[in-house]
Amino acid sequence: MSRKLTRRQVVAGAGAAAAALKFPAPAIAQSQPFKLGLLTVKTGPLAQGGIQMEQGVVTFLKEKNYTMAGRKVDFISADTGGNPAGTKTKAQELVERDKVDVILGPLAAFELYAISDYIKQQKMPTLSLAAADDLTQRHANPFLLRASATSSQAMHPMGHYAATEMKLKRVVTIVEDFAFGYEQMGGFQAAFEKDGGCVVNKLWPPIVTPDYTPYLAQISGCDGVCQGFAGSNPLRFMKQYAAAGLKYPVVTGETGGDDALLKSFGEEAVGLVSCCPYTLDLETDGNQRFVNGMLKNFDTVPGFYAAGLYVNCQVVEAGLKALNGDASDKEKFMAALKAVSLADTPRGPIKFDHLNNVVGTFYIRRLQKEGAKYGLKLWNKTIKTYDNVSQFWTWPEQEFLAHPVYSRNYPPLKGC
Amino acid sequence: MRRHQIALLAAAVALVTLPYWMSGVYYINVASQILFFAVFALGLNIIAGYGGLVSLGHAALFGISAYVVGYLLQHGFGHASAILGALLAGLAATAVYAALALRATGIGFIMITLALGEILWGLAYRWISVTNGDNGINLHGRPQPFGIDINSATAFYYATLIVFVAAVAAVAVFVRSPLGAALMGTRDQPRRMNALGYHVWAIRFWACMFSGLLTSVAGILFVYYTQFISPQTLALTSSAEVLLMVIAGGAGTLLGPIVGAGLVVVVKSVVSGFIERWNFLLGAIFVAIVILMPEGLVPGTVRLWRRAWQGKNGTSP
Repeated sequence: MSRKLTRRQVVAGAGAAAAALKFPAPAIAQSQPFKLGLLTVKTGPLAQGGIQMEQGVVTFLKEKNYTMAGRKVDFISADTGGNPAGTKTKAQELVERDKVDVILGPLAAFELYAISDYIKQQKMPTLSLAAADDLTQRHANPFLLRASATSSQAMHPMGHYAATEMKLKRVVTIVEDFAFGYEQMGGFQAAFEKDGGCVVNKLWPPIVTPDYTPYLAQISGCDGVCQGFAGSNPLRFMKQYAAAGLKYPVVTGETGGDDALLKSFGEEAVGLVSCCPYTLDLETDGNQRFVNGMLKNFDTVPGFYAAGLYVNCQVVEAGLKALNGDASDKEKFMAALKAVSLADTPRGPIKFDHLNNVVGTFYIRRLQKEGAKYGLKLWNKTIKTYDNVSQFWTWPEQEFLAHPVYSRNYPPLKGC
Repeated sequence: MRRHQIALLAAAVALVTLPYWMSGVYYINVASQILFFAVFALGLNIIAGYGGLVSLGHAALFGISAYVVGYLLQHGFGHASAILGALLAGLAATAVYAALALRATGIGFIMITLALGEILWGLAYRWISVTNGDNGINLHGRPQPFGIDINSATAFYYATLIVFVAAVAAVAVFVRSPLGAALMGTRDQPRRMNALGYHVWAIRFWACMFSGLLTSVAGILFVYYTQFISPQTLALTSSAEVLLMVIAGGAGTLLGPIVGAGLVVVVKSVVSGFIERWNFLLGAIFVAIVILMPEGLVPGTVRLWRRAWQGKNGTSP
């Protein structure tokens, strides 16, 4: 019967239960609700991903009937507006006014940078989706845990696959002109060139570009293209790429081939090869439960953003269970979160390295028409999996961290 | 007059005792934000309200000072030299900005300031070796003026309040000064002012410099508050937001920008916690202001109040 509950009924029920719990005023901390804060973006250009983040959290909470480790969960969602100052204000709101036990989010790297020092000061365990490499590398933050991926983490296996299995030799990269793009393409180039490939040119269109034609005209002298677009830009890029008559195979990372885009992609995207820490077609109980929940609650298939937040919730629950529901000591809670290792998440097994970044499975998928489920016309079919991928790929940690962070100019073009 | 003095005293008492009656650190921080955005809006109001020169690039001047603080602190300078450097850089940028933009007035002025703002935004975004691109610059710690630690929310609030009061006093003095009167003259009758022998360009230039000084001060408070600066702060939306503060509160009034800053910050940070479509609400409020009191909240309220007062006393205007 509880399966048929609507969202409102669950929220009202949870509220009533929480209110009922308040009256006897029990002294022990565990009987108070656990406060889960979410920093997301519900307005502006990043809202599409931000709304999916919230859907991932709500799907998890509904599945667990708003309970974690025996404690009721109060869920507080805050809209940062996608700008750093707003993120800081909202983080303060969650920490100082709402007194949350843990923060999920934020979405974008510049948002996370804006609150990085603050969460350290406040000792506030934060599970972000933002991918900025250095926050779990050269400037690691002890209170930040990343269960999604660094910007370059998916691009390393992609580079390896492109060089060794697709046998590409010369690739042109194209991505938006910002840090997430630089780090993605740095990762691709480093891994691709390690296995004998060569990046011949790197193109950086601005984030808001209605027209990629001038950039498409520069794609030549290669046998493959790597794009790393985010948001809805991959849709536009693939359309214009096909319209320009370009036929080189295209590879991409987690945002460029996101499953949430499948319903909007057209014929032109068939053949796109992507590497992602989450894939819709993973046939495990954990993923099936998650996908069914998303379909039931929001009538939409999940992509990487929703899955990332669902996994974050699983990590929080596991950490809380390890402490028998007591999250009052923030340092102990953070240590418990870091020690979490899960076997059955929607993205497969995960654990964390000593810098708090995820070690997990990455999936190479080919976009095709065959095998599509859930009423979709297109489908990302997994063609290879890389297990236990760390943020350092196959390099030893020392050697990896001795290099500067991936940027527009690093690694440099070799002119081959 | 006595009513004014009572209101002023009540406001002063409310502001000074705010940390004692305001519940929680979060709201004290919101109050600090209102105060430094009010300083920013007061700065823009000098040229937009009193000078009739609407700038759509002020966030860039605000951002330059913030970036200079971040950059100098990162390179080992102390807080005093960082703040001084930021003020000088802000003023220098304003001088260039004024020299270029004052070649025009009206729409031309708006477009030049818009373009300059976009150029500086682009620089902040792309000059990665200096600004760290869109990942921005983090600051560690706040200064300790006269050995007082202002890291706590309450202490920072008082520091901001002192700067705010000084800024309000400076603007009040400026408006009543001959230069202030001359500036309003150039707004209303530039050709007549010219004919009377006033150097219209110079008056506008010095007004821009004063505006730039207040903007720099606000930028420094902002960067010490958020302890982070990134290109978004310089973007067109930030410039538009502060202009909305000025227009909503009442351009060309002393109190207007302060009320406008309060309105925008409260809707943006407090109300947005309750209403998902807070952008829509902010838009609706502005539409309402434009329809009901086009001169802005402060002059509009005064007008309505007077009308009600006179209505009650049976006298007609």
